[in-house]
Amino acid sequence: MIVLLNGGFYTNRYVYICISRELEIKHKKGGTTMKKTFAIALIIITLIATLGIYHLSNPGREILRISTTTSLEDTGLLEELEAQFEKKYPNIDVQIVSGGTGIALERGKKGDADLIIVHDKKREEEFIKEGYGTKRYPFAYNYFYILGPADDPAGINGTQSATEAFNKILTVAEKDPQHVKFVSRGDNSGTNLKEIKIWENITDYNSTVRGSQWYIESGSGMGDTLRLADQKGAYTLSDSGTYLAYKNKITLVPYITNGSELLNIYTAIPINPKKIKSANYDAAMKFIEFLLSKEGQNIIGKYGENKYGKPLFTPLYGKTEP
Amino acid sequence: MDEILQGILKALELIITLDPEVVDTTSRTLMISISSTLLASLIAVPIGAIIHFKHFKGKRAIINIIQTLYSIPTVLIGLLVFLLISRSGPLGSLNLLFTPWGMILAQAILILPLIMGFSITALKGVGEEIIDLARSLGATEYQTLFTLVSEARYGIMAAIILGFGRAISEVGIAIMIGGNIRGYTRVITSAMALETSKGNLELSIALGIILLAISLIINTLLNYFQEK
Repeated sequence: MIVLLNGGFYTNRYVYICISRELEIKHKKGGTTMKKTFAIALIIITLIATLGIYHLSNPGREILRISTTTSLEDTGLLEELEAQFEKKYPNIDVQIVSGGTGIALERGKKGDADLIIVHDKKREEEFIKEGYGTKRYPFAYNYFYILGPADDPAGINGTQSATEAFNKILTVAEKDPQHVKFVSRGDNSGTNLKEIKIWENITDYNSTVRGSQWYIESGSGMGDTLRLADQKGAYTLSDSGTYLAYKNKITLVPYITNGSELLNIYTAIPINPKKIKSANYDAAMKFIEFLLSKEGQNIIGKYGENKYGKPLFTPLYGKTEP
Repeated sequence: MDEILQGILKALELIITLDPEVVDTTSRTLMISISSTLLASLIAVPIGAIIHFKHFKGKRAIINIIQTLYSIPTVLIGLLVFLLISRSGPLGSLNLLFTPWGMILAQAILILPLIMGFSITALKGVGEEIIDLARSLGATEYQTLFTLVSEARYGIMAAIILGFGRAISEVGIAIMIGGNIRGYTRVITSAMALETSKGNLELSIALGIILLAISLIINTLLNYFQEK
């Protein structure tokens, strides 16, 4: 400070003396400890930076970026497949990013992924038609569950199909919207679109279902939606993986757990390198090969057995999709 | 309620056993947030000082805009930076999307207005007489600026701590730009979001407690140094 101000201090001697006293006191107080402080701060920052560089370094491995949906990522299956695949191909670094089906496909279109794994046949076919993907490779399936409160106010227990159950919920809910409720994801996810499709089988979704007093749109992920439905004592549609993960935390029970309407097929699609120049097609195909191999299919078929008491997925073993 | 107690126990367990995944995620979180805070501070503090120091037309409007940007949603920054650094975006060739570098960039943009605005406020707290004094003692413009900043250092430090707090606790950018890739861009907040949707509520709470513990340590260190 004093050095800084020494330019022309004679011009105002009195002020200088007053201020310099004050500054000097401050300076003495801070002088040596300040240096120490800086040294310690510097050491800490260097330590963290070193740690960081160690973490951020990616020693010459080829990157395979997989864009997938949250419901699949949440089950933890891909993590398991990733570990086994990387053991086999140590030179490929698998990076998984997840989001709703919409953003998962968008990432593929923008060139930010090499492989997409989703579960919405209609949108998958559009994706390939537009030239972004080469081919659909279905590899496993499971079923959506229709869940509801244990006392079953709409009486769907014993119905034979999803449409029948939804029909019953609709009829009873319109009469008694206080006691029969339905919670929807309301987020355009694969699960949400599946649900809307079932409503469309029986009625006009936009005029009779959406906006009704008994119909609640959560606008959030599957886990949050399950908790909301549980709190409200409402019916809902869930993928089996998320339901099994939440089974012990909620009181909802599954009523309909299979049937072609509730089929949920997972498909891998490599990004077309002709359309997206940056796509790593070779690595994507290696992953698909692994996914469809006996080894990969065995991992899928066993996944979840230990944790949930039953496997979460049924592998296709080369059969065509059901 | 049981989950909260379980979460606290789980947090202790993870800390005591130095769970490798937690240590990994935590150090990555620190690295990214500290880098973004440093980057943002290096830009925001000098520019904030210049804005405060200079008298020009539209100064009020600029300060108003900076303060408005305090409340910019993290998801909006995430989306804008995503479009910018996506492979089909203008900075696509840099390959920043889904990397820690992209996260540092986006977080720095997020907290830049915060640090800049609060630095300006801190500088306002320094009396005008210090400027006059420095000038009258023959300090150059640069020297005056430096004097001003060093007089306001406590307030500026508070601005930086606030920026760090926003960077380390945000989740929108971590997921949009980082992609929550395990072992590469997964940070504490995005791991919490994932564990919550997996139904592992205890683990999620435990991670939250660890994040708060880190903030406590950092703030204690900074306060300790400040009081010295």
